[in-house]
Amino acid sequence: MKFFEFDTIREIFSTMRQSKLRTFLTGFSVAWGIFMLIVLLGSGKGLQNGVSSNFSNYAVNMVNVWPRRTNMPYKGFKAYRRLRFRDQDMEMLKNHFPQIDKASGIISLYGNTVSYGKEYGNYGINGVMPDYKDIRMLSIEAGNGRFINNIDMSEERKVVVINQRVADNLFRGEEPLGKYVQIGGIAFMVVGLETKTSNDENGYCYIPHSTAQTIYNRRGYTDEFYFTVTGMDSPEANEAFTLALRKTLARSLIVHPDDTAAIGVWNMAENYVQTMRIFSTIQLFVFIIGLCTLVAGIVGVGNIMVITVKERTREFGIKKAIGASPSNILNSILIESVIITGVFGYIGMVLGIGTLELLSLIMENATGTGGDGPKVFLNPSVDLNIVLVATGILIASGLLAGYFPARRAVNIKPVEAMRAE
Amino acid sequence: MRQLPIEGQLPFYLSKSIGGMILLEKLNKTYPGVQPLHVLKDIDLSISQGEYVAIMGASGSGKSTLLNVLGILDDYDTGRYLLDGKLIAGLSEKKAAIYRNKMIGFVFQSFNLISFKNAMENVALPLFYKGVSRKKRNQLALEYLEKVGLRDWWHHYPNELSGGQKQRIAIARALISQPRIILADEPTGALDSRTTDEVIQLLSQVNAEGITTIVVTHERSVAEQTKRIIHLKDGYIESDNINIPSLTACSK
Ligand SMILES: Nc1ncnc2c1ncn2[C@@H]1O[C@H](COP(=O)(O)OP(=O)(O)OP(=O)(O)O)[C@@H](O)[C@H]1O
Ligand SMILES: [Mg+2]
Repeated sequence: MKFFEFDTIREIFSTMRQSKLRTFLTGFSVAWGIFMLIVLLGSGKGLQNGVSSNFSNYAVNMVNVWPRRTNMPYKGFKAYRRLRFRDQDMEMLKNHFPQIDKASGIISLYGNTVSYGKEYGNYGINGVMPDYKDIRMLSIEAGNGRFINNIDMSEERKVVVINQRVADNLFRGEEPLGKYVQIGGIAFMVVGLETKTSNDENGYCYIPHSTAQTIYNRRGYTDEFYFTVTGMDSPEANEAFTLALRKTLARSLIVHPDDTAAIGVWNMAENYVQTMRIFSTIQLFVFIIGLCTLVAGIVGVGNIMVITVKERTREFGIKKAIGASPSNILNSILIESVIITGVFGYIGMVLGIGTLELLSLIMENATGTGGDGPKVFLNPSVDLNIVLVATGILIASGLLAGYFPARRAVNIKPVEAMRAE
Repeated sequence: MRQLPIEGQLPFYLSKSIGGMILLEKLNKTYPGVQPLHVLKDIDLSISQGEYVAIMGASGSGKSTLLNVLGILDDYDTGRYLLDGKLIAGLSEKKAAIYRNKMIGFVFQSFNLISFKNAMENVALPLFYKGVSRKKRNQLALEYLEKVGLRDWWHHYPNELSGGQKQRIAIARALISQPRIILADEPTGALDSRTTDEVIQLLSQVNAEGITTIVVTHERSVAEQTKRIIHLKDGYIESDNINIPSLTACSK
């Protein structure tokens, strides 16, 4: 007799129907295990996605450095001196810290009038370097031109990248690329349209850093630095980096080493790494709970299989007396076990994923539609592989749990089996 | 399985050539335990193809044990058991299942029908294990139900049937795989006299078709329908006589 045959399946369903409660209980423990695993893992992921999405206005490994006033007299300089960053400070930092990946100075001016034809508005003007785009994760989609490049920088070109807000206000649907806008009375050609910050209240214009230095009378100077850093995945490493950065910059600007307030540093990575560390802890926790649920499922399946086999010993005896071989009976128990765990595992999976979707929907509505406010829950999802492995484990444990008692029961002499009950 | 050179080793009168369907030689069985119970003692027995045999004896004399050994539902300790010329000893459950499936049909005192299957499915079950298709199986099951006069009851479940009906269904189930031997352990033990007659008639009919039939019974009236009566006493064969129905009928 073949292991898998339609008749065998029919036979199994007839025995399953005869003990609906047992079938249901086995199935329930499996479905519940899978369901909980999915909901737990998914919620953990959703929480993580939600919170980390709040970081997405910046590269997560961004460092922002800005000059302030000194608070202590040092080497002949009086206290309360206004600090300024110079071009060579940035070069020095780039050379000194191999962790620095992308780097850009920025010269920011607010409330400059920008006009195109009759339309005008007050927007922030940022003189930036090519790397700035990646550091702030700005986006210029295909067909929307380009960002500031190195040639713009070296030739101090009068080109500008505007964001969606500026384009909307000044061009009103007209194609902005190649047009000239007036910034502080100087004509700049629009070379790019930036769309990432389209939801921002503010309009932004990005011009070459070198051009900004010249026009705004800041030759050799910059307002702030932006970096991305790599290779530091612990809060400690980031803290050490921040400290070293302050010290190095302080030496270069002749600031007292203890005058930490003189230089402003915002290390995004420090926050990010910390947050992510909390999340990996939460995820581990969730995973352990999920695993425990799974173990409970396994124990449930195992228990029920043991009882099943015991309960049916007499039936097995009768079947053997009328010609069933031990393998006939063993196979039917095992297939039954696989079918129950498989089917209910699938049900648990579908319900779990459905619940996650529902949860995601509810949370999205709760935080306000399309809101830009901080999110806590986003795209809860589970790795399908984990689910499949979990289902596999349950099926396998159902098999094992069924196999050993079944093999014993099946090899009992029919007389003894029929005496059971 | 070890195959014996039967012709050479056995006395000619026991050999297969004259239809030695069942051969027991000095067969012993002891139930182990704190107080081991020696149930079958040096049983020598030969039953030929087509015989109709009753096994009688007091309660505890070892009748059921003997029948279970014959049906390979249980094993024995010493001696030999040859079924259709093949030595039955220390078989794996798998081998035993093959022999049972091929050779033997059982009828039990307590019917042993599967409660969640209807009459037809119960009768058809042995064929399932022989790999017969469902359609064929059910069709044959209906034929055998017809034979035991219960065709119209095919869709009833065991708990909807009387004892006599259940036993007739059990007999149909025993017959459907066309066994060479029917072993019945007190098939009428749970039945009243009217249904007892029905069941015995059926068994006689089965035997008339050439199937070796062995019936364990307490009831004289049942035994007298058979052609050979074996009496067991404390695990020995006390007597083994040809039963001539007309004679016993006269002596009554
Ligand atoms: N599994 C067992 N373990 C131990 N002793 C047993 C077992 N089965 C039967 N016996 C004992 O063996 C003896 C013979 O039992 P058996 O069932 O063969 O008797 P029987 O002739 O069929 O009796 P009855 O007419 O009551 O059915 C009895 O004393 C019984 O108690
Ligand atoms: Mg008995």
